[in-house]
This record gives sequence, structure tokens and C-alpha cells, in this order.
Amino acid sequence: MIRDFSLIEVLSIVAGVKATVLLSLIAFVGGGVGGLLVALLRTSAGFGMRTAAASFIDFFQGTPMLMQLFLVYYGLPVFGFHVNVWVAASVGLTLHASAFLGDIWRGGIEAVPRGQTEAASALGLSYFHRMIDVVLPQAFRLSLAPTVGFLVQLVKGTSLTAIIGFVELSRSAQIAASTTYRPLLAYGAAGICYFVICFPLSRYASALEKRLAARV
Amino acid sequence: MTYQFDFRVLFPYWADLLSGCGLTLAMTCLSAVTGFSLAIAAVMAGRSRHRTLNLAAVGYIEAIRYTPFLVQVLFIYFGLPAVGFSLSAWPAGVLALSLNFGAFAAEIVRGGVDGIPKGQFEAGAALGLHPLQVLRFVILKPALRIIYPALSSQFVLLLLTSSIVSAISAEELTATAQSIDTLTFRSFEIYIVATTLYLLMATMISQTFKAIERRAFAYPVK
Repeated sequence: MIRDFSLIEVLSIVAGVKATVLLSLIAFVGGGVGGLLVALLRTSAGFGMRTAAASFIDFFQGTPMLMQLFLVYYGLPVFGFHVNVWVAASVGLTLHASAFLGDIWRGGIEAVPRGQTEAASALGLSYFHRMIDVVLPQAFRLSLAPTVGFLVQLVKGTSLTAIIGFVELSRSAQIAASTTYRPLLAYGAAGICYFVICFPLSRYASALEKRLAARV
Repeated sequence: MTYQFDFRVLFPYWADLLSGCGLTLAMTCLSAVTGFSLAIAAVMAGRSRHRTLNLAAVGYIEAIRYTPFLVQVLFIYFGLPAVGFSLSAWPAGVLALSLNFGAFAAEIVRGGVDGIPKGQFEAGAALGLHPLQVLRFVILKPALRIIYPALSSQFVLLLLTSSIVSAISAEELTATAQSIDTLTFRSFEIYIVATTLYLLMATMISQTFKAIERRAFAYPVK
């Protein structure tokens, strides 16, 4: 049935924005934890751990995000987890974010001068304290701008969960487009919503980058 | 785990998968060529003295960069027919990918052109060259060298992004995998295979680009 573009469509797009933001936050927090682990493994001394982390990163950077979501969506039930689409989308995006953030933070950790690690070891600090107190704070500062930049990519990436049936901004736009037959309006509105989220984030990232460049 | 993996049911579809790969590669290359031309046009518009051209270039680049590709492709395929511009799925996919690649490549190209000292443009102008000639004979090669690494990873990204055009049923590897999925009900297996194929293509392409880079841009800087 074709209906007018009414308050219901507007409200469903607003609900879509909420779901998009929430999913992005879940993936960002989850990816933050996973990414830290990946970055630490990637820069660790053990060959096996380094290789495993590197392959994890290469896999996620070398395959389409859509395929990653499909693998999680169809793969979780295979391993006995019968999950709803929220969980599948969150797990897929979290893994994706872990790999990308892991690679960004690896760069940050490697950019901290070696002397810092050596000095910390010379002071007798354990690996844990060396990382927490010496290396990671500096690496964090160096990686802040690309991290915020990745957040833009992640917000846009959440749109792909629409294809596995998760109702977020793109999916609500799709639904509104097909019920009202006003695709130009529906997709245009969705595009503007994404822009409003992503543009300030990206501006913030470049401001951070300039601030860092000025300080170094 | 009770699930029995069965990759054998996919075997009869190997030719479809292969042609899916071919279509994906064709779509990627085509979009890269048109997209790169768009990028050059956008950079030139951005550098021109006309305010409207500047604004158009910025508007295009920012609108593409801060919206998801899925929304772009849906907008083009389902939205534009409403204003009398309708395309079938494959051309719509290529158009969306070209516009997308163009915006990101424009940013890269702009960075490369900005990396060229201003004196080189002035020297070209002083020799009486037309701005286009300056671009072709003075700026192009050193700029290419600067932008090459970023541009080649953008190309791989384009290959990966092309999987999203399956959302409008444009025929390529992901769409092929989806139709095999509906025929065999072996979702996990078929997506494992498709993912592996993407990974192979992406790895091969980025290795090739690296080999080219070592050969073509190995000349000393000074």
C-alpha cells in the first residue's frame, strides 16, 4: 500500500538514527577493547601472537565488510549460537572495528620511541606497567586523530547491517521509500542524517591532527 | 558441534563464481577509470578561480565522503528514476562506485598536488604553458609518485566496496554468491568461498601495485 510521507516515516527515520548511533557506540567500545588486544598482540615479542594478530588484521582489511557480516550472521548459528540480528550486527562490527583499531593503535605503539620502552624496562617496570604507564598514554595521543577518523568509517559501515535485516537508519529509509514511494526523499533524508553525524566527527579528527602536528 | 560442512554442493557453481569474480574486477576497473577522471575534474574545479566550481567540488566530495555507500547506491538506483533518470542495475552500480571513488581519489590527488612546491607551477606558467600543460608536463609525474600508495589502497577498497552493489542486484561476486545461497541453502559455506575469493583478489591486486611501485617510482628524488 502506498501512503504519504508522514510523521510516522519521520519518526521511524529518527528511530533509525538512534539505532545507528547505538550500534556504532557498541562496535566502537567493543572494538576498542578488541583493538587494544590486537594492537598489543601485534607488537608483542612472541612470533605466534604477532602473526595471529597480523592475519586477523589482514583478513578484515582484505575482505568486504558485507562478507564479514554475512559470515558472522550465518556462521554464529553454525557454532550453536542462535542470536538475534542485534547481536549478529554488534559482533560483526566489533570484530571489524577490532581489526582496524588494532592496526591504527599498532601504528601508535610503534611510533613511540623505542627508548621509552627500554628506559621503562631499565627502571624494572613489568610489561603491564610499561604499557599502561609509559607506552600506551603516548601511543593514545598519537593515534587519537585516526581513531576518530575511523569512527566516521564505522558509522557509515553500520549501514551494511541493513542488508542482514537490522533496522537502522538505512533500513528505515528503505522501508519509508517503499511504503511511500518517495525514494528520493527517504534516501536523501538518510544521507543528510549520516552527514550530520559524520561531518562534525571528521572535522574534529582533522582539528586533533592539526593540534598534534602543532605540538610535535 | 553438529553442523556438517558441505563444500561439495558448491562445486557445480565454480564457473558462476569465476564469472562473478570477473564481473567484480570489470566493475572495479571501469569505476576506477571513470572515478579517477572525476577526481581530476573535481581537483581542477576545486583549484579554479570560479567560486561556483569550488563550491560544487567541495559539495560533491563532502557529500560522498560523509554518507555510506549503500545509501548512495540506493539513492542512484531507486531515487533518481523519480526525477526521470533511470539506469539498470549494473550501470547504476558503476555510476555509484565511480562517484564514490572519485570523491576519495580527489582528496588523495589534491594532497598530491598540494605536495608539489608552488614554484613548479609558477615555473611552468613562466615558460608560457597553459595551466593544463603545466598539469600534464610539470606536475603529473611527481604528483603521481606522491599519491600512488594511497591511490592503490583506495583501488583495493573500491574492489571491496563493490560487493555492496549486490543490494541493487547488480551482477557481481556477492550477488552471485547470494543466488547460489538461495539455490543450495549452504549460506555459511558459500560466503566462506566468496570471502576467500575477495581476499585472493585483494591480495593479488595490492601485491601487483607494490611491484609496479617498486619499478615505476624507483628513481631518486634529487
